Amino acid sequence: MSARVTHQENQPAMNDRFDRRTVLSGAAAIGAAALLPGWARAQDHAHHRPMATTSPGVLSGERIALSIGETPFTVGGRTGHAITVNGTLPAPLIRLREGQNVRIDVTNHLDEDSSIHWHGILLPFQMDGVPGISFPGIRPHETFSYEFPIRQAGTYWYHSHSGLQEAMGHYGPIVIDPEHHDPVAYDREHILVLSDWSFMHPHRIMTRLKQSPDYFNRQQNTLFDGREMTMAQRLQWGGMRMMPSDIADVTGATYTYLINGHGPTENWTGLFEPGERVRLRIINASAMSIMNVRIPGLPMTVVNADGENVRPVTVDEFQIGVAETYDVIVTPTQPQAYTIVSESIDRSGMGRATLAPRPGMEAAVPPLRERPTLTMRDMGMGGMAMDSMDHAAMGHDMGGSGAMDHGSMDHSMRDGSVAPGVALTPGVDMIAPMPVDRTGDRGLGLDDVPHRVLVYTDLEALNRNPDPRPPSRELQIHLTGNMERYMWSFDGRRFSEQVEPIRFARDERVRVKLVNDTMMTHPIHLHGFFFELVNGHPGRHPRKHTVNVLPGGFVQFDLTADAPGDWAFHCHLMMHMHAGMFNVVTVRPLDGDAA
Amino acid sequence: MKTAIAVASLLAASPALAQHQDHGQAADPHAHHAMEAQAEQTPEQPPDVHVSHDLTEGTEIVRETEQMTPEAVEPDPHAGHGAPDEPDPHAGHRMDDAEASHDGHAMPADDPHAGHAMPDTASDTALPQSGPPPEAFSGPAHAADTIFPPQVMAEARENLRRENGAMTVGLFSVDRLEAAIGDGEDAYVWELNARHGGDIDRLWIKSEGEGAFGGSLEEIEIQALWSHAIGPFFDFQAGVRADFREGPDSAHLALGVQGLAPYMFEVDLAGFVSDDGDLTARIEAEYDQRLTQSLILQPRIEANFSAQDIPELGIGSGFSDLEAGLRLRYEIVPEFAPYIGVEWQRQFGDTADFARAAGGDPDRWVFLAGVKFWF
Repeated sequence: MSARVTHQENQPAMNDRFDRRTVLSGAAAIGAAALLPGWARAQDHAHHRPMATTSPGVLSGERIALSIGETPFTVGGRTGHAITVNGTLPAPLIRLREGQNVRIDVTNHLDEDSSIHWHGILLPFQMDGVPGISFPGIRPHETFSYEFPIRQAGTYWYHSHSGLQEAMGHYGPIVIDPEHHDPVAYDREHILVLSDWSFMHPHRIMTRLKQSPDYFNRQQNTLFDGREMTMAQRLQWGGMRMMPSDIADVTGATYTYLINGHGPTENWTGLFEPGERVRLRIINASAMSIMNVRIPGLPMTVVNADGENVRPVTVDEFQIGVAETYDVIVTPTQPQAYTIVSESIDRSGMGRATLAPRPGMEAAVPPLRERPTLTMRDMGMGGMAMDSMDHAAMGHDMGGSGAMDHGSMDHSMRDGSVAPGVALTPGVDMIAPMPVDRTGDRGLGLDDVPHRVLVYTDLEALNRNPDPRPPSRELQIHLTGNMERYMWSFDGRRFSEQVEPIRFARDERVRVKLVNDTMMTHPIHLHGFFFELVNGHPGRHPRKHTVNVLPGGFVQFDLTADAPGDWAFHCHLMMHMHAGMFNVVTVRPLDGDAA
Repeated sequence: MKTAIAVASLLAASPALAQHQDHGQAADPHAHHAMEAQAEQTPEQPPDVHVSHDLTEGTEIVRETEQMTPEAVEPDPHAGHGAPDEPDPHAGHRMDDAEASHDGHAMPADDPHAGHAMPDTASDTALPQSGPPPEAFSGPAHAADTIFPPQVMAEARENLRRENGAMTVGLFSVDRLEAAIGDGEDAYVWELNARHGGDIDRLWIKSEGEGAFGGSLEEIEIQALWSHAIGPFFDFQAGVRADFREGPDSAHLALGVQGLAPYMFEVDLAGFVSDDGDLTARIEAEYDQRLTQSLILQPRIEANFSAQDIPELGIGSGFSDLEAGLRLRYEIVPEFAPYIGVEWQRQFGDTADFARAAGGDPDRWVFLAGVKFWF
């Protein structure tokens, strides 16, 4: 297959080039490096021995073997228990070429079932890797062969869809090079896999959340915290039994935020030569952490989102939902180091890495910023009269400037008439009274930052959307939850309650409206499809597999149901999925069915 | 062994992907750069001055026409540009996709929604919420059953169902384990709660008890309750309660609601019917006020009511007693917090009379020192 040949032909050049740049810089952190695939190893840990064949840790070609196992993982001087693929965390880079076929044999060496889901990859449903939907799962010590054609290009990733294994390290990047030319020009690339690591077992994290939902929040409002909230505002939140400090469920209290498997002190470093256009392929492989990404001093031009090329837009910061990917181009012109910051949405911690012209260089690491506080807009009151589009003022105006009295608000916070499809179960603690389209909003906490921040309305697909048909119907799905009980669901029903699947007719075109009736941002992922996010660029809506739905807001996407079969649809915050925010999408008829 | 791993890792150390050149990149980065768009393909448009610009600029123009929300307003009109002082020949994308460039230029003028606050949502109202068409219900219920053994898939499906929402969790919590020091006998008191179950239905075990230091265990109360969520914040609870004491033991039916009231008060309201037919009720409420992330001030009240005199238990009818306490606890970890506090213990009416007759004080203050922990 030509893709593979081409790939190997390029190896020598690649290594020569590497040799010119790299010096052996001692054996620091070799122990940690041993667990990292080559691409993720900080370059100051590498050495200048010429490589004979393909770079280790990068898997290419039409036949790939992966092995799921248990491996100790060390970060910050402490060693824990990880579930890994081929013994590394993150898992090896799988680098494919559009138009090729691939067979991936996955052997499960765990004593429990496992699986791999190819996140964002368009493939036959039985290859999607979700036990109980696509296939039965991979039993202990058995091998499953995934086989599918590669029909797309871009940055993707893969991870376990069994239990909570993904939260223990079972994730890795996929890069698919385009079959023909790449419209994105760059001189060098680095992959940045953002993730969150805890020494606490994810089942225990989940148990703690069920026992005490604010367990990990060490930035709660206190009586004299100096935050810009009046007593009246605090009382108002209390009256609703909601916490304006509830930004992330699992926080830096237990997480070490990783970049390419490196903690902040390990400081993963990627090299550049001044003037080069460096493509950063950024994947948020976290279990529970929506991240704010920035590189102080270096503007980032977003060229690709969720694997699909977008018209370049230059920003200084973006919020990346769990499971989203962004490719950005940076062009550092000075021979200086730059710090890559991946800050958790609640600012309880950050991942940190460095871009530098030489190994060992460091730039200043910015301090954590103040934890955001939820606003009335986050409560789904964005459409109300008092929301006179004075967003900045509103952010601090929870008290209500007289536009609504307190009593009426209490009632309106769980009014089922605005969400007729929602079952008002104990699992629903609020219904956003007047949700608004928030695709033009920055992510939580970024309203006031003094620089350019990506919003979804900035994203415009480079290529025209393939299906010009207008949607024939609309489907509303409400994201619902109860923070007190740590319950999460769609339309008020947890998946465990044997919910009706979301049904599409094959090739029908549907507009799906996701309404967030909770106070948290949910990255919602649909397997098997790209959907077109309705964001003001008709015909060039960005095509995505995962979309962040801001609290109290909604997003809409148009979907062509062209992939027959059954597909998972869920919040990609693992604990939300595990709590029930999950459903199955069915597309019928299948091949061979009578239509 | 460790050395071996270290060596292996050195050998395996790779140049990473940094230098991947396998992207079909032309030797001349400008070669494909000019947009091979055909201006003649956009007859409705005057020749676009941006055709020869790099796309970063083109995008910025789009952005300027589409300011949708106040926060999208860029203070710097050049904000959309990559560093303007270093013209970037590579701009990000090559636009040799004729269609792409066509549309890009057409957009600001062609799109009736451009510039609107809520683009493309105007058409929403026209879309029927009609539910899936009939063919969506055709074919097999489970697609994977056509490929894998249906029995095996059924098991996997059941696992998936249980995994996503059906988790059961236990909690054992000693909310108060304290010494009460004041006039009269110093006492120890406990209140513990254990629960197990899912989100909606749970088994609760509640126990309270007290005794005198150096004296006997005066009273133990144990309740076993089925708890069922009746709303987002409240559970209905029903079950049995057994009291063991120096006097006559008793058994009760218990009925109550427990949950989180507005303003974040944890409340527990319960009524009891004893095996002697005595009717009593209890209300407990507490509130956690964080002073710092670890220091928490907790006001707590407990009041008891009785529908009749129960002389053998020293309870008079009506509002029989009240405990109002203030506890200051320090969470060393969330699961473990020692505390100190004060509590006013007041008995009323006939209950107070019974207490006086027994040599007790119906109105007293006690100092508290204790610990709260859970797992």
